[in-house]
Amino acid sequence: MILGIDVGGTHTDAVLLENFQVRKKTKVPTNQLRLVSSLIGVMDEILRDENPAAIERVVFSTTLSTNAIVQGKTARVGMIVASGPGLAPEDLRVSEDTRFVSGYVSNRGIEVAPIKKGEVEAAASDLKASGIAHLGVVGKFSTRNPAHENEIGELVGNGFGHVSFGHRLSGNLNFRRRIATAFLNASVFDLYQQFVGEILEFASRAGIAAPIYILKADGGTVEIRRSAEQPVQTILSGPAASVMGILSLADCSGADGVILDMGGTTTDIALLAGGAPLLEPLGVTIEGHRTLIRGLKTRSIGLGGDSRVRVDGGKLVIGPRREGPAAAFGGPWPTPTDAMIVLGLAQIGDAAKAETAVLETAGKLNLTVTQAARAIFEKTCGDIAAAVGTMVEEVNNKPVYTIHELLEGRKLSPSRLFIVGGPSAAVACRLGEILGCEAVIPRDAEVANAFGAALARTTAEITILAETERGSLTIAEEGLQMKIPAHFTRRDILRIGMEKLRERAIRLGARESDIETEIVEDQEFNMVRGFHTTGKNIRLKVQVKPGVIAGAGKGGVTP
Amino acid sequence: MKQLRKTGLVFFPAFDWAISPTHPEREERLLYTQDQVFEEGLLDFENIVEYKPGLAAVEDVNRIHICVPDAKSVITESHLVSAGGAITAAEKVLAGEVDNAFALVRPPGHHAMRVVHGARGFCNINIEAVMIEHLRRRHGHRRVAVIDTDCHHGDGTQDIYWHDPDTLYISIHQDGRTLYPGSGFPDEFGGPNALGTTINIPLPPETSDEGFLYVLEELILPILGEFKPDLVINSAGQDNHYTDPITNMRFSAQGYARLNERLNPDIAVLEGGYSIEGALPYVNVGIILAMAGLDYSHVREPDYNPETIRQSDDITRYIKGMTKDVLDLWKKRRTFKPEIVKGARYARRNRSIYYDTDGIREQQEETVRICDDCGGFIAIDSMASTGNRAYAVIIPGRSCDLCRLEGQRHYGSIDKAKLGAHYLILQDRDRDEYIVR
Repeated sequence: MILGIDVGGTHTDAVLLENFQVRKKTKVPTNQLRLVSSLIGVMDEILRDENPAAIERVVFSTTLSTNAIVQGKTARVGMIVASGPGLAPEDLRVSEDTRFVSGYVSNRGIEVAPIKKGEVEAAASDLKASGIAHLGVVGKFSTRNPAHENEIGELVGNGFGHVSFGHRLSGNLNFRRRIATAFLNASVFDLYQQFVGEILEFASRAGIAAPIYILKADGGTVEIRRSAEQPVQTILSGPAASVMGILSLADCSGADGVILDMGGTTTDIALLAGGAPLLEPLGVTIEGHRTLIRGLKTRSIGLGGDSRVRVDGGKLVIGPRREGPAAAFGGPWPTPTDAMIVLGLAQIGDAAKAETAVLETAGKLNLTVTQAARAIFEKTCGDIAAAVGTMVEEVNNKPVYTIHELLEGRKLSPSRLFIVGGPSAAVACRLGEILGCEAVIPRDAEVANAFGAALARTTAEITILAETERGSLTIAEEGLQMKIPAHFTRRDILRIGMEKLRERAIRLGARESDIETEIVEDQEFNMVRGFHTTGKNIRLKVQVKPGVIAGAGKGGVTP
Repeated sequence: MKQLRKTGLVFFPAFDWAISPTHPEREERLLYTQDQVFEEGLLDFENIVEYKPGLAAVEDVNRIHICVPDAKSVITESHLVSAGGAITAAEKVLAGEVDNAFALVRPPGHHAMRVVHGARGFCNINIEAVMIEHLRRRHGHRRVAVIDTDCHHGDGTQDIYWHDPDTLYISIHQDGRTLYPGSGFPDEFGGPNALGTTINIPLPPETSDEGFLYVLEELILPILGEFKPDLVINSAGQDNHYTDPITNMRFSAQGYARLNERLNPDIAVLEGGYSIEGALPYVNVGIILAMAGLDYSHVREPDYNPETIRQSDDITRYIKGMTKDVLDLWKKRRTFKPEIVKGARYARRNRSIYYDTDGIREQQEETVRICDDCGGFIAIDSMASTGNRAYAVIIPGRSCDLCRLEGQRHYGSIDKAKLGAHYLILQDRDRDEYIVR
């Protein structure tokens, strides 16, 4: 049996799966002040009368780190940044406790200026004196050569509780984002560590011996002890749970698709390319921090079933705010839900109240009540479809850097629409029509998030840079630097990369059968000195992409 | 705090295109620039926006070039992307989406002349000229100034705008006696109908930041102040850098950034620059920050040492003298026409043009009608070592009635067979027509 739990803003959902089918589901209100008690509460309830030894795997999606960051309940963190030339330090400062030190490596990872011991020690003692417990250490181009970050780490010694190193968090280039990512990671470290401790203690008390996983922003899972090293990877796992839910509940294989989660206040949009969810190219953004945290590309628009409908200058405006429930449920204003009730697309709430509310709008537009309801419904679907269209267009307009991609690059062209959330049954057909997609409403959609968490596989990514002239190979995320012979080719490098990726995935908790690898970036350049080729510069990025674990069945209904 | 500007960036490194595997114009030319731009996180700044390049059309090429035998034979897709990238950058500026824009594209174009039989100086089509004429076609006529800061004289751009009084071409480059293409002296001052709208400032080898910025402040900016262009374009070569392998200058990333801050171009288009590791990453970051009004004072090359690249006092003196001479020439530009024309109705020049990249030799005779009302219609007889011979009549943009009439009459009077030309071409810019017989 597999246990999946999603801690949402309002409710915590749990689902117990047997042979990938729902055996039991349960829901408790989320205690925002103590998320761990909601988790333990829901587990207690769903595991009552069950044999804990029969559990094979437990997966959580938690808003713990997200909430801490959004609510500013993070720890004070010191940053030691080896900034090198380029942007002015003032454009790099992430907090008052940022100290800049000299020393840098070039874009090829070659040391240009060394780290100065005295500067680092002074910065560290200064930060410590102001009562700072955790540290982030980031160097420019540290993904090309982590030596300076490691050196700083050694110099500050054991004086700090935790040190987050930039190069370990992502292999992508982007110094400012690397600083933000290390900063956030260090700032939620304590809180998350405590959470992991409590969960593990509960599991041992409850007799759960199965591996426990946490869902990450990229829709992949990571073993809970491993997650404690990089807690920041678990932020924004809510939308990831919902996307993974749809991936587990419906057959999404192969096609390009749109995923919509339509709630009362907002509609979240995600995209599938060839059946796999699209990721943010560099990393997710949280509370104004642009990061290198691998995460699904999602967009949230202020338009849901309970959005307020108004008439402004003779025109319908829907959202972006929700000011109470739908009129049919005693709310103050007409909403798309009321329009759906009037049109007979939803049989919920008090139909008379819905009609009264829509009638008021009809009056302002000089329409009959049915016409007004139709107009509200059409605009709701139209606005959502327009937002989807904009997002698809953005993806297709993403700059590319080769002539081949520019002229023959694959364009995203969604043919299927997967939709969950309260109003999904009412809007699915019409949205499908507008978007030119086949609409699918997955079964068990009300527990999609917990279901998605339960079945998400472990993901991993590594970035490889090899220079055969210097005989060097670097894998940033692994902190690995090794010597390679000058005759190595792209194939040799790829073989090493795939080996390391596999090792990493296993270490993070993957089962052999779930390691489906793919090449994300693949570049090879000559290095020329004078007019002679002296070696190759090979750049690869390989990943285990987000998906469901092996064996999981797929279903779904067409409305 | 500097004034922030919204800057568009069209970045197209064409990682799958090279003239040949070890040629300076090869795949990884912008690889380390990409690394540096990405690592600095420049695209995350709210006021820096990246755009995907559009594709220039063959009509865009034919609007300004006479390609022999035709456009498709002398260009590849890479050239249409490169020119298309410049057009995209310019369109974003004219649409008001951004305050200025930088087309960081390759291959370059400023050695491509009006007639194209093949590649010269790594260039097939002139991407700035294709961009300018596209803009004029779409948005109406504009007075344009092209400031060519590449280390090599932009003989292609000079040739294309030689007779155009509405396009000011200023080139600042390493002295032609010491570097390809060997031209670009102060007496190359524009055709008889456009005297003074071509300005050449050859600088001695080993000129450093100080010399470039002196010429900018004392010569280029005052001339721009008088010419009053609607658009300023930096034809932004980066091979004046002290690490460039094929030139001898001592310009630095700081110098390039300062130059762009002071020149404040509406559009910058990458030209040459082949120090792909030592210069381009830092020069490009400097230019982007400067155009966006961000702090560039911390940008410097790993081996930067201002002491070792300082220019000599002799060079400083020489540049001051040169600047004064060229400024005097500019001030007297309106007085030269009568003595040059001497009452003739037409002016003629015969040239032998070498296409170093493709090894082609062209003999060209160009005739322009002397005109006080427009650039004058042009007739070109061009014969290349490929065996191709073309005869072209060009009616320029904003042509006067007389030049149009005479140009059309002349085109109608040509007997292709008798002349021995394989192609007879009419390029009519106002009507946007390109006819081949």
